[in-house]
This record gives sequence, C-alpha cells and structure tokens, in this order.
Amino acid sequence: MLEIRNLHVSAAGNEILRGIDLTVKAGEVHAIMGPNGSGKSTLAQVLAGREDYEVTAGTVFYDGHDLLQMAPEDRAREGIFLAFQYPVEIPGVSTTYFLRAAVNAIRKHRGLEELDAMDFLGLLKEKMRLVEMDQALLNRPINEGFSGGEKKRNEILQMAVLDPKLAILDETDSGLDIDALRIVATGINTLRSPERAMLVITHYQRLLNYVVPDYVHVLFEGRIVRSGGKELALELEQKGYSWIEEQVQGPQAVKA
Amino acid sequence: MTEGTTELYVSNFAEFEKQHATNGQAWTQPIRRAAISRFAALGFPTTRHEEWKYTNVAPIARTPFRMAPRPSQERAAEALTTATIAGLTCIQLVFVNGHYVPELSSPRPLPQGVHLSNLAAALGQAPHQVEPHLARYAAYEDHAFVALNTAFMQDGVALFIPPGCVMPEPVHLVFITLPQGDAAVTYPRNLIVLGDGAQAAVIESYIGQGPGAYLTNTVTEIALGENAVVDHCKLEGESREAYHIATLQIHQARSSNFTSHSMTMGGALVRNDLNVVLAGQGSECTLNGLFMGTGQQHLDNHTRIDHAQPHCTSRELYKGILDGKARGVFNGKIVVHKDAQKTDAMQTNKNLLLSEEASVDTKPQLEIFNNDVKCYHGSTIGRLEDASIFYLRSRGLDLAAARSLLTYAFASEIIGRLKHEPIRTMLDCFVLTWLPRSQRTKETL
Repeated sequence: MLEIRNLHVSAAGNEILRGIDLTVKAGEVHAIMGPNGSGKSTLAQVLAGREDYEVTAGTVFYDGHDLLQMAPEDRAREGIFLAFQYPVEIPGVSTTYFLRAAVNAIRKHRGLEELDAMDFLGLLKEKMRLVEMDQALLNRPINEGFSGGEKKRNEILQMAVLDPKLAILDETDSGLDIDALRIVATGINTLRSPERAMLVITHYQRLLNYVVPDYVHVLFEGRIVRSGGKELALELEQKGYSWIEEQVQGPQAVKA
Repeated sequence: MTEGTTELYVSNFAEFEKQHATNGQAWTQPIRRAAISRFAALGFPTTRHEEWKYTNVAPIARTPFRMAPRPSQERAAEALTTATIAGLTCIQLVFVNGHYVPELSSPRPLPQGVHLSNLAAALGQAPHQVEPHLARYAAYEDHAFVALNTAFMQDGVALFIPPGCVMPEPVHLVFITLPQGDAAVTYPRNLIVLGDGAQAAVIESYIGQGPGAYLTNTVTEIALGENAVVDHCKLEGESREAYHIATLQIHQARSSNFTSHSMTMGGALVRNDLNVVLAGQGSECTLNGLFMGTGQQHLDNHTRIDHAQPHCTSRELYKGILDGKARGVFNGKIVVHKDAQKTDAMQTNKNLLLSEEASVDTKPQLEIFNNDVKCYHGSTIGRLEDASIFYLRSRGLDLAAARSLLTYAFASEIIGRLKHEPIRTMLDCFVLTWLPRSQRTKETL
C-alpha cells in the first residue's frame, strides 16, 4: 500500500529526513517511535502533503500512485488520513458542517452519491458513540475551545467518518489522561481492519499497550535506525532513547 | 475642476428650489438654503482633510451628476426582485431613483399612533412632527455630503413611533438606482423617531443596476427616546460603477439601546459614516460591520461614538475582507466626554486580506477626557492561515473550497449577529458565492 524509498526532506534548508525506507501493507499497524526532533511529525506531514517541506530525494508510492505528485486533497480522497498532533482551531465553521463537506468531497471522488443532511447525521451519530463524543461539541466551531482530549477524540471521529485506507496518527496519545487514552485507543482498535493500514507515530510506549502494533520502527535523526516487532517498543521503554543514541552514534564516531 | 462642480450644484439648487416652492415644503427652505451655502463654503473634501485621508472623492467631485429621472415601472419592478429578502415578513417601502413608488411598496396595518409614510409626503402634510427633528442630528456644518443631501433631500421614510409602541414587523426601505447612461444622483433621506420605550427594526437596502455611474448620497437620522430599542441593518449592494456616500446619525436618550449591522458589499467607492451620540445615562450601542471588496472597490467605514453621559456602553466589531486590488478603510473614533464616568467602550476591527494587492488602512482612535472609564480598542490585519488551509485540504476539500470556507468562517461572526434569519441566510449565500469557484462549498453546506 505504501512504499517509501530513500526519502530525504528539508525544511528551511535543514535536512530533517535523511533517507527513510518503509513498506506498509494493507491490514498492518506500524508504530514509529523516536525522541523529540527525530523527524516523526515531518514524516506524517509530508505523507499528508504539507507544502512547507521540500522533498530533496526519494520516492513515495501509495496504491501505485506517485504520492509526492498529489495535492493534499487528492491524497485524502484516495484514502489517506492524518490525525494531527495539533489539530487546528477554525472559528466560524461547525464540525458537523465541515465533516459533511469533507465526506461528500471524498464520496464524490469515489463515485458515490453525496450524503444529504439526514443521512450524514445518522453516520455521524453512529461514529460519535465510538469516541464517546458529545453532540453539542460537534455543533461548535471546529476544535474551538476544545480540551486537548476533545481535540484528539475529534480527530479519531473524523477518521471514523472518513473511512481511510491509510491512517497516519501523529502523537494522538500525547497529552491525554488515561481515560481519554483508553477512548482514543478503543477508537483506533475498532477501525483496524484487513483493508486498512495504520502508521501510529508516538513518543511514548504507553499507547502501544492498547494499540498493539505489528511492527515498530525507531526514528532517530531522520533515519529509521531499528525495526522490529512489538517487543522493540518494550525494550525502548526500559532502556530509554539514550540507548538508541549510543547504539547509533557509537559506530558513527568510529567511522569518523 | 472641483470648484466648477461646486458651482454647478449651487446653480442646480436655484432650479431645484423653484420646483419645490409650490409643493407644500416651503418651510424646509431655510434649512436647505443654509445647507447649500455651507456646501458652497466647504466644497468637496480632499485627502488633505484628516477625515478623508484614505478616501479620494475626486471622481465624485469632477462628475457633473444630475438628479436621476424616473425609470419605467417594469424595470424598477425587475430590479426590486434582487433586493427582496425571501422569507422576511416586513413593511416594505420602495424608492426608485429617489422617488417613492407606492405601487411597489407593501404597507401593512400599523399599530395605533404610528406615523409611517414617505418623507416627501410628511414634509408636506406633517411638518409639526418632522420639523423638531429634521436635520437636528446629522450635522451638515462640517460634512459636504451631508450638506448636499440636506439641500437636495428627496425622499425616504418618515417613521414616528409613539411611546411604548413595539413595531410588530421590521420596516424594509429599498433604494434602487437605475441610471440611464447619464451620471445620476439620488439623495435619500430618512427620519426615524422613537418615543420612550418604543421599539423597531429597520432595514435599509441599496441596490443599483447600470448602465453608467451614479451617486447615492444618503442620510438617515434616528432618534431614540428613553428606553427605546432599535435594531438597524444596512445592506449596501450598489452596482460596481456606483459611488455610495452615507451618513447614519443616531441620537440616544437615557437607557436606550441601538444595534447596527452594516453590510458593505457593492459600489466602486463607498463611504459610510456612522455616528452615535450616547446622550443619555445608561444608553448602549452595538455596532457590527462587515465590508467585502474585490476588483478595484474602495470601501471606507468611519464610525464615531460619543460617550456624552455616564454609565454608557458601546460595543463595536467591524470585519473587512479584501480581495483583488480592493482597498478598505476602517476609522473608528470613540470620544469619552468629561462627564461620562463609568464609560464601558470596546472596539475591534479585524481584516482579512485574500490577495497580495488588496490593502486596508485601519485607525482606531480613543479620545478620553475622563479617568473613570473602561476602554479597549484594537485592530488586526491577517491572511488565511496555511495551517488552517492544510487542515481542510487534508480532509478532502480542494484549495478553493478551503479558502471559501475559511473566508465564510471569518465573516460568519458578523452575519451570525443579525437578528432576522432570512437576512442571515441571504448573506450566507452571498459570502459563499463571493469567492471564485466556491459554488461547491455552498452546495455542501
């Protein structure tokens, strides 16, 4: 489904991703872990189509499409969803209005009939239960005045409603209390399916107690330095990121 | 060149006066004469005048405008359909090229004691009601356009509401200008007086259709008695060739409450002066404004609030959206007089620039002659945020739809404050179709 080859990305002249290789197949859940500044969020944003970054080398193929040539909205319509680390507040537009516009843009692209207000509300209500979200919140402007947990739940709700093929979750667990974490994790687990792939980006191992990944990758200074099964996350939790730092920088220092 | 047209207005006035000598309005002669001589002395303002610094009215000054002739009824009726507000039950008075058209108007049963007529009729038939108020609020001494309007004032509404009376329906005043090639001018004039405890909603709509440039020079005076309540809405949708110069003058007695919604969309050059005098203790005003310009439009909003008495409150929020090469001006002055203790004034102007070449000049001004006050003012100029656009695009909305939705979101704060739902719906539609390629957003919403 997703094939990343030797991806190099810069922002304002600084190289942030320095050759990422990653293959994700349908049905798989990949966790990407790493310390602050390792490039996790950059990878998520580049995959979703943020234009502030410059891809200097490498290729990304998604379902046979050259992903890097696609506009953000086309990626969304083809089934890519990014749950933002910092969801944007948009005063003046209710979540309900916005989500219906989004759903219908995607449905139209897929050749499906657009949903009218009633049908959409039915869909929304069903998905709201999944994240234990209050209806009143959805009639408010997008994310405006939402708590951190409400914003993250809103992202999962949007994911559920938009039904993506590839979901990228950027630190969806950060800043959540244990109850919110449980709700968010339940939402994610419910959406796991053989047709859907997930890229779960996280700073902490905690989320992976609830969302058990098939693969874990460790991102450090713009490269994937370790890959393994779910046990890698536990090892990382016990030994800390300094363990990775030593492992990576040791040989480099020798080379120099 | 400017002096040339000033002379023209003065000589036109002599002609105009002759025609009006026999129509029962002779008593207005001293006012009109004083106003035209004041205009002759002032001349048209230039950008050297502080109050006209950002708005150059030279195109108006050098054009020899003539009073607009009456157009055909059919053409007027057709134009009216664009100003009619679907779903709004209201008393509607229609004025075409400055003249009241009873055939297009829809008077409805009025509460007892209410005087509602066109002003020209009231000038002739009810001078005892009109005379104590006409030209007593809108000062023409320092404002050339108010002076011109006062000299040539044609028609508009005369509305007198007795104490304690609540108007059951809004009054919708529609001013249509249909020039016939020549540069035409109209001078709408409205006088609205509310007794103590009276209440009314008034909507003024201005529309026009070419061919040709025209000037609307309009003045509305509203006087609120003690505890009176007015909700005023102005919808400016003149043609893109039009010049629109307007003064809305408000005088508020003790504990009265005035709300204004000023929506400025049309016109080549627009200048709105909105002046509120909080003349009685505990009176309150709320001024909401939205101006949206594109192409070469120049939209100028000047507001002035005089806190003349203690314990008065004013709330002001104006938003500007400018695209293309449009230019916006916001100048908001709040004057807190010496005796106005416990004044509570808050003024905000926010602007959104949608193109590189659009611009806005914003100038909030506070003049405080009292130290027991709570005042705030501020202004911002910004662009659509990349982060917000990306967020919407990442959910499948295309760039045009994302921009349109965010622009709508910016405007909706003002539109949402409108009291009448049919007007909100009309403006929602306007904003959503205003940006290019935004049709899809409108459909989805």
